[in-house]
Amino acid sequence: MNKPQHSHLLLKVNNEAARVTVDPGKTLLEVLREDLSLTGTKHGCELGECGACTVLVDGKPVLSCLVLAIECEGTNIQTIEGMAVKGQLHPLQIAFAEHGGLQCGYCTPGVLMSAKALLESERDPTRPQIREALSGNLCRCTGYQQIIESVEHAAAVINEADDKSAGADS
Amino acid sequence: MRVDALSKVTGQTLFADDIRLPRMLHCKLLRSTKPHALIENIDVSRASAHPGVHLVLTGKDFPVEYGILPVSQDERPLCRDKVRFVGDPVAAVIACDEQTAAEAMALIDVDYRSLPTIASVNEALLPTDSPLQDYAEENNIHRRLSYSFGDTEEALEQADHVFEDTFFYEGNTHMAMEQHASVASADPDGRVTLWSSTQCPHYVHRALAKALEMPAAHIRVIACPNGGGFGGKTDPFNHEIVVTRASMLLGRPVKICLTREEVFFCHRGRHQVTMKFRTGVNNDGKLTGMHLQTLLDGGAYGSYGIASTFYTTALQPVTYQLPRYSFDACRVFTNKPPCGPKRGHGTPQPRFGQEIQLDKIAEKLDMDPAELRLGMVQPPNALTCNYLKVGTIGLADCIESVVEKSDWNNKHHQLPSGRGVGLACGAYMSGAGTAIYWNKMPHSGVQIKLDRSGAVTVYCGATDVGQGSDDVLVSLVTEVLGIETIDVKCVTGDTDLTPVDLGSYSSRVTLMMGNAAIQAAERARDLIASAVAIRLEVPEDHVGFAERLVFDVEDPSRNMTFQEAVVCAEEKHGTMATTGSYAPPKAVGRYPGGGVGPSPTYSYTAAVAEVDVDEKTGVVEVSRIYIAHDIGRSLNPVQVEGQVIGGVYMGVGEALMEETTSRRLPPKLSDALVHDSPSMLDYKTLTMHDMPEVLVDIIEDPDPNGPFGAKEVGQGPLLPIMPAIANAIFDAVGVRIDEVPITPAKVLKALEQKAAGRDPRVGPKKFPEIKWPQAMFVLPPDEGGDGKASNKPQRKRAAKMHNMDKVTES
Repeated sequence: MNKPQHSHLLLKVNNEAARVTVDPGKTLLEVLREDLSLTGTKHGCELGECGACTVLVDGKPVLSCLVLAIECEGTNIQTIEGMAVKGQLHPLQIAFAEHGGLQCGYCTPGVLMSAKALLESERDPTRPQIREALSGNLCRCTGYQQIIESVEHAAAVINEADDKSAGADS
Repeated sequence: MRVDALSKVTGQTLFADDIRLPRMLHCKLLRSTKPHALIENIDVSRASAHPGVHLVLTGKDFPVEYGILPVSQDERPLCRDKVRFVGDPVAAVIACDEQTAAEAMALIDVDYRSLPTIASVNEALLPTDSPLQDYAEENNIHRRLSYSFGDTEEALEQADHVFEDTFFYEGNTHMAMEQHASVASADPDGRVTLWSSTQCPHYVHRALAKALEMPAAHIRVIACPNGGGFGGKTDPFNHEIVVTRASMLLGRPVKICLTREEVFFCHRGRHQVTMKFRTGVNNDGKLTGMHLQTLLDGGAYGSYGIASTFYTTALQPVTYQLPRYSFDACRVFTNKPPCGPKRGHGTPQPRFGQEIQLDKIAEKLDMDPAELRLGMVQPPNALTCNYLKVGTIGLADCIESVVEKSDWNNKHHQLPSGRGVGLACGAYMSGAGTAIYWNKMPHSGVQIKLDRSGAVTVYCGATDVGQGSDDVLVSLVTEVLGIETIDVKCVTGDTDLTPVDLGSYSSRVTLMMGNAAIQAAERARDLIASAVAIRLEVPEDHVGFAERLVFDVEDPSRNMTFQEAVVCAEEKHGTMATTGSYAPPKAVGRYPGGGVGPSPTYSYTAAVAEVDVDEKTGVVEVSRIYIAHDIGRSLNPVQVEGQVIGGVYMGVGEALMEETTSRRLPPKLSDALVHDSPSMLDYKTLTMHDMPEVLVDIIEDPDPNGPFGAKEVGQGPLLPIMPAIANAIFDAVGVRIDEVPITPAKVLKALEQKAAGRDPRVGPKKFPEIKWPQAMFVLPPDEGGDGKASNKPQRKRAAKMHNMDKVTES
């Protein structure tokens, strides 16, 4: 049997360059978890149905189980491991931890990535906007309510910090 | 903030599939394509020769059967002679990677000889030459149970009204987000370690020892944090045993991660139940007696099924005063994935029926449904007619809370057509009073280690499945020792390191682990206090613990740090460690079967659902759920609320859309009975768009049997949701949907029947004929019973079922 040729990829993950040699049929999810040991990205179906594997590609939420790694060369990939910067947690991470936004924690990395993309495009989202942005992320534990509240808390914290720094600038 | 929160929001929590070991191989299971067949031959030669394949196993490699209940040891890691559903595993391939294993699987040739398929409960009741299981009682009947607590027929005859209703509850599944995964690693000295996504490492430990015929002491099972369980990871699973054996044969680590489709095949989900209630009621709304019959579709194996069967009947009397009660319950085998325990284990189905029937009773007697229930709530410390000991009961407070918060009195029967409110209640155990296997040992053990560094480590076999049990463990220890969360490390779910806890099921962990943890922590506190008392020259009971200080309670300025206090204690006592144990109180009922139902205490819940029904499409939108839960005492309000809302979420899903069904493929394909929806797209669950707003009220009435008074919250809040929604639909549009899921098609059908002047109801018309055994008679405590069974045939069922004149067909 002819095994496919391996591809040499240069990926940019969490602002770090990552060189991998992989089967070109491998999904981004597989490369992240198996070749780069970034196991924070989860999988619940590997069919694009549950949202657990959501990562950001050029800032947009993408189901990493449905994207081939070779398609992601030249893009900026963000995973849960890159969400805290130099040990400083993102306000969403703090809000989820404090307000019941997670229980088993398995859908959490994907939910956080979708929420991060939302807050980067909409600084003060309404509940319908939150529901729309996160409706592709299934969660079986929380009943979603505390996830929504966590996103709202994080938005408030970010806006307050922005207002303060704007105030300091002026 | 719960102790595992930060590792979860940063992606650092290691679930089973996140574990990767050097030289690790990968396992895939070949699963049956036949619903019911004999295996005539398996040829694995081509698969074994496939490059990259290290090992191929079949049923011949696993001679010993196992199963979760001692009475149904009917599973094999790989089927040997027979397959019983599409998805039953027949062979395992261990290869360098998953892809290679999958390629090799396609090279295995299995010759099957098909047997007749049993596709429904009705087919299972018929005579057969080829029963699924050779230990079936008769035909494909797994087990029948008949009990009578007092002369129920007499109670029904003497009632002013007898209500007879049938209900149907379709089966459904857990669909935890994490796919089951396991990694086994054999040591050269003959020991083996299994990391697994399991809720019950202790039961997996026992099953491995049995199925692999090796000493349990040489096996280590580590339960990884579970990515959700809901009961779906409480059975020991075939894949766990297969990878353990494979690792031992190969001397290398072996991993398996099930596909989502395989998770649907593992199932162990909610049983489909058909049920019939005959309930006697007087004009004042008091119940005189109830006769309940249930019929469960168990799927292909025993699993927890006998317990599930008991649970479809056992808990009805713990909510409302019920002087007499009898039940008949029957579980059958069918060629489908096996059913087992899902959140609420066997109790949501009869709760659904009972709470709808109470709504019908209230309607008929022209009583308010809340008032009807308030008039018959069990008093605290009641002993039910089936000998269950109620402790504290906050059910009346729960009902009053949701009535007030929902503005029930201004809404029920008063909202415009298409909008309605419905009320229902429920109760659940805070842990099963008996273990899965009979023994006199603790149900939960905790050890605490302290040393001169001031570090405290707490060890317990309990498993965090997302419910937050690690957090409960740590917070109870910090509370007793007056230290902070960061000061306590917890080690859980590891059979080498931690004392036995039976597992995360039956809502038992907070209560049982919690009581053991408090005992261990108090013993540690007392050891420290005895040493500090000498140093501070105060009596031992004057030593206080708070804010990381140990002090004289009369003069807190005389103090030392917690670390200094531990040093003191280590000087006096030597190496420091304490233990705590918990076993539930003995069951009061001493009749055979009386072990299912008793619990140290019961939680209670009431809910009001508010719905909008579109009369053109039949679509039901649940706009709001008001829910009050009696938890005894809330140990962590954010987590408690999360459990309540999560229960509501799953309940709304079960009410409206979740269902596990089967269908036959077209004859030209294979005619096989297959799972209807083995994917997350086809198995419908609520998304964030569908989830109603939930308003939670926590009722606290500390129970002396709970840790600091706490009761369960993981399962109870689901129970009232389905009937509350069904009752709200009746209030909205005047139709009764006596089955779940309540799909738009069923609502439309009922509305059409209503418009045509026919019975505005969708639901089963009758309960199947079943030959029941002679009922076990137990005289209720109120009639002088002593909790034992008597052989007096005091039941009049054989004579006349009931007085037809008095039946109010509701």
